[in-house]
Amino acid sequence: MSKTKLVVIGNGMVGHHFLETLVERGHSDSYEITVFCEEPRLAYDRVHLSSYFSGASADDLAMGKPELYRQWGLNVRLGDKVVGIDRERKTVTSQHGELITYDKLVLATGSYPFVPPVPGHDREHCLVYRTIEDLEAISASAENAKVGVVVGGGLLGLEAAKALTDLGLETHVVEFAPRLMAVQLDEDGGALLRRKIEGLGVQVHTGKNTQLIDDGESHVHRMNFADGEALETDLILFSAGIRPQDELARQSGLEIGERGGIVVNSSCQTSDQDIYAIGECALWNGRIFGLVAPGYSMAKTVASHLADGDEQFLGADMSTKLKLLGVDVGSIGDAQGHTPGALSYRYSDDAAEVYRRIVVSADGKQLLGAVLVGDNSRYDTLLQYALNGIELPADPASLILPESSGAGAPTLGPDALPDSATLCSCLNVSKGQVCCAIDSGAIDLAGVKDATKASTGCGGCTALLKSVVDNELEKRGVEVNTDLCEHFAHTREELYHIVRIEGIRSFRELLSKHGKGLGCDICKPVAASILASCWNDHIMEPQHVSLQDTNDTFMANMQKNGTYSIVPRVPGGEITPDKLIVLGEVAKEYGLYTKVTGGQRIDLFGAQLHQLPEIWQKLIDAGFETGHAYGKSMRTVKSCVGSTWCRYGVQDSVGMAIQIEHRYKGLRAPHKIKFAVSGCTRECAEAQSKDIGVIATENGWNLYVCGNGGMRPRHADLFATDLDDETLIKYIDRVLMFYIKTADRLQRTSVWMENLEGGLDYLREVVIDDKLGLGEELEAQMAHIVSRYECEWKATLEDPEKLKRFRTFVNDDAADPQIVMVQERGQLRPA
Amino acid sequence: MNAKLDLKWKQLCALDDLVPHSGVAALIDGQQIALFYLPDQPRPLYAVSNHDPVSGANVIARGLIGDLKGEPMVASPLYKQHYRLQDGACLEQPEVGLTTWPVRINDKTVEIGSMD
Ligand code: SRM
Ligand SMILES: Cc1cc2nc3c(=O)[nH]c(=O)nc-3n(C[C@H](O)[C@H](O)[C@H](O)COP(=O)(O)OP(=O)(O)OC[C@H]3O[C@@H](n4cnc5c(N)ncnc54)[C@H](O)[C@@H]3O)c2cc1C
Ligand code: SF4
Ligand code: FES
Repeated sequence: MSKTKLVVIGNGMVGHHFLETLVERGHSDSYEITVFCEEPRLAYDRVHLSSYFSGASADDLAMGKPELYRQWGLNVRLGDKVVGIDRERKTVTSQHGELITYDKLVLATGSYPFVPPVPGHDREHCLVYRTIEDLEAISASAENAKVGVVVGGGLLGLEAAKALTDLGLETHVVEFAPRLMAVQLDEDGGALLRRKIEGLGVQVHTGKNTQLIDDGESHVHRMNFADGEALETDLILFSAGIRPQDELARQSGLEIGERGGIVVNSSCQTSDQDIYAIGECALWNGRIFGLVAPGYSMAKTVASHLADGDEQFLGADMSTKLKLLGVDVGSIGDAQGHTPGALSYRYSDDAAEVYRRIVVSADGKQLLGAVLVGDNSRYDTLLQYALNGIELPADPASLILPESSGAGAPTLGPDALPDSATLCSCLNVSKGQVCCAIDSGAIDLAGVKDATKASTGCGGCTALLKSVVDNELEKRGVEVNTDLCEHFAHTREELYHIVRIEGIRSFRELLSKHGKGLGCDICKPVAASILASCWNDHIMEPQHVSLQDTNDTFMANMQKNGTYSIVPRVPGGEITPDKLIVLGEVAKEYGLYTKVTGGQRIDLFGAQLHQLPEIWQKLIDAGFETGHAYGKSMRTVKSCVGSTWCRYGVQDSVGMAIQIEHRYKGLRAPHKIKFAVSGCTRECAEAQSKDIGVIATENGWNLYVCGNGGMRPRHADLFATDLDDETLIKYIDRVLMFYIKTADRLQRTSVWMENLEGGLDYLREVVIDDKLGLGEELEAQMAHIVSRYECEWKATLEDPEKLKRFRTFVNDDAADPQIVMVQERGQLRPA
Repeated sequence: MNAKLDLKWKQLCALDDLVPHSGVAALIDGQQIALFYLPDQPRPLYAVSNHDPVSGANVIARGLIGDLKGEPMVASPLYKQHYRLQDGACLEQPEVGLTTWPVRINDKTVEIGSMD
């Protein structure tokens, strides 16, 4: 059977979603699919484009991956633009000269930024904001710029303004209309947004009509406005709206809207029934939809239509919830109250800089629209009222009044939502679909996300989705199983709490009071870690010795042939020549393979169990301590050489690293913890990839938290700036103890942060604002751990009972005869 | 059938050499044996081969012990497969397993049983 030839022009977010839907529904097999992609890379997440400036790479943003597309059996023409469609012959021609026939054609060509035809708009350093290449150009231009102007005070313009401030430019927004975000906000909302944004240092100029851009005197450009005023700047970013990319459709004679856009019907067919248009290039009912959610619905519609399904595109909700320059902004439905007879309620608090307005129907029963500035906490509830036509409470004002003035803001419980309620508008997932996913086997949030794709777009619906999923699971009597293992019906956090509150000091006690059976290789190390985090007893005490993984038991890391590696602590990576010599001598004497680690210290490999005490005796005599390379514990504090030597250093990074390493050495945690301290912003110690990163500033230290290298790297978040030494330590104490208290087993700080409800802001509230009143307690707990530190190896060597454990065979002095080593590059390695 | 009668018991080590709730290794006739001691259990002592069939290293004695669904087990310290102490069966990979030996405490010594 010959396959139908399907050609897709454009591989943006919507084009990608179309392909994904086709594959997921199993329809792709009956097509031979060719995809033309003008950009040099496959589809990426344009919605989160701005995160490129906060460190996300093109890879992080990628949606279409080459191996995935290969798996899906697609023919991809990357960096090749379609330049012509011949509808008679049913062919398309590409820029690279390819001619391909189609049976069905899908246009997903998106849109392009509108640049007002002002004389001078095409000067150098006049840019737009739509593709990764645009962002690269902006970064490059910004390097030599001091001032940047965004033309356009809409949603995208303000996002672009954020990018310019992040790049360190003095930023201006120039808007033609008399207010910001004229489409989504009303006058009062726009005014408050302006005030807040100006408070952040962005200068806003409304009612400005740019007439000419020419050479500036102190900056690159001078923008001349119709009112006779002028503004000088080095860089101009146009963000004055988008225009549908309908060029191809025009040339081939498809019906085009008066103001652009490829006309489509409710099946997303153009005036040629074999050609579809979806996403931002399509015009439905006289409207262009400049958001990704409606584009996704169109994509699904076409996927369905191609398989003789009957899904239809019938318009979309254009409500938006955003954080612009850190300011909450929400806009729902008829935000400006244009509906005849509509009534409005407004609440505005100048002190807290919060504004809320709701627009309700003449009979006061339906919510038609809303404007929120400064606080989006009511958005989800309001949106549900609006989308589902849920009848408003008798006093609609209660929906926007502050909680203290009444019995608390009425929120819509998950039960109040009808099955048709859209929970995730990006992926168009309803409550009914979520329930259905649960009924067909999804047993937790992750399962529901997998099955429905809900919450995988902008992420704005996560909290709502979780509350619905939890509620539905509970209703079905599903107990969400968060048990640690079959021996304990508790989470790690609960066990931590139990151990603290009941003062439990041993695994046996914990097991007999709160568990069952003998325990296993999951719960024993967890209990050992919790006990150590709380009481810091020696891990080789008889009550703890059987709990540890082999590495902790023998205080060394087991290698693949059963021998161990030895990693003495080298605080901050600073080491004296004498100590280096000792390491060399010991390694030589015992034939240990020697390697400098990625953690700025030296690893000696290949010792047998019975050799460990002898070797450690020598190391301890020379002043070394254990490096805890084996523990789920504080590992290393990497440092750069800092102000003592480096010409750029602004603080003594080595000194601080050593101080920190000594403070937290021996601290046991749900997973290992790594630190680094850099002496200036050049960041030679790579602090932003660590759980705790410290970077020197002219005025003190910037603290970064929850970074990760390893399998899934994560940039640390900037937590607090310009701290003095004392505050720095105080914050680290609190962050770490809070992590230890609340994290799951084997959860690095990065994953913990990603799962922490409220995220970075919440952690700041707990640590800096002491919202939970826990601050002093956390510090006291840390002080206790610090005071109980002892070198585990030193204590072991002093105790003959503990040393008995270090015998390869209990009944024979022989070494393991089956360990065989060979020479390589002048050292030994396992055969 | 009559195997029991033919079992010969050899001294392996002292009871004192064992570590409660954990394992030690012993060497007898070139054979490495992992001994696990669960002092308060109905069956307190197990002897299995120290050789880890998955990694090829002699490390089983250094694994964590406990139970899964009530059956005593040891987890290999290298790649964490679980072996039933009773018969040495591997719970994850049925194609591998540990050898087991009869073992007993005779006064203050540990003895291992063999057929020869
Ligand atoms: C020795 C060393 C490699 C080297 O030759 O340089 C090393 C060796 C091991 N690493 Fe590592 N890691 C070493 C630095 C790193 C680094 C770099 C760093 O710390 O700056 C990273 C990435 C940074 C990070 O962790 O965020 C790193 C990420 C990992 C990971 C992945 C963690 C993650 O969150 O994805 C593992 C696996 C794990 O912990 O679950 C791991 C696990 C291991 C283990 C423990 C694997 C194992 O269980 O056998 C290795 C045994 C160490 C041993 O036997 O001594 N190692 N490992 C480095 C020891 C540093 C030290 O002085 O203590
Ligand atoms: C900075 C920014 C922030 C945004 N934030 C949000 C948000 O928060 N929420 C939201 O809903 N939306 C947001 N959007 C809008 C959203 O990104 C778009 O709605 C969405 O990307 C539209 O997808 P699309 O596939 O229709 O078009 P596009 O993503 O533009 O993809 C079209 C693709 O087709 C290619 N193409 C065009 N012509 C041809 C041709 N002839 N041959 C081959 N290829 C061709 C183009 O190069 C392009 O790669 C944002 C957009 C930007 C720029
Ligand atoms: S981070 Fe700065 S102070 Fe440290 S070594 Fe690099 S350049 Fe020097
Ligand atoms: S609403 Fe955007 S991901 Fe669900």
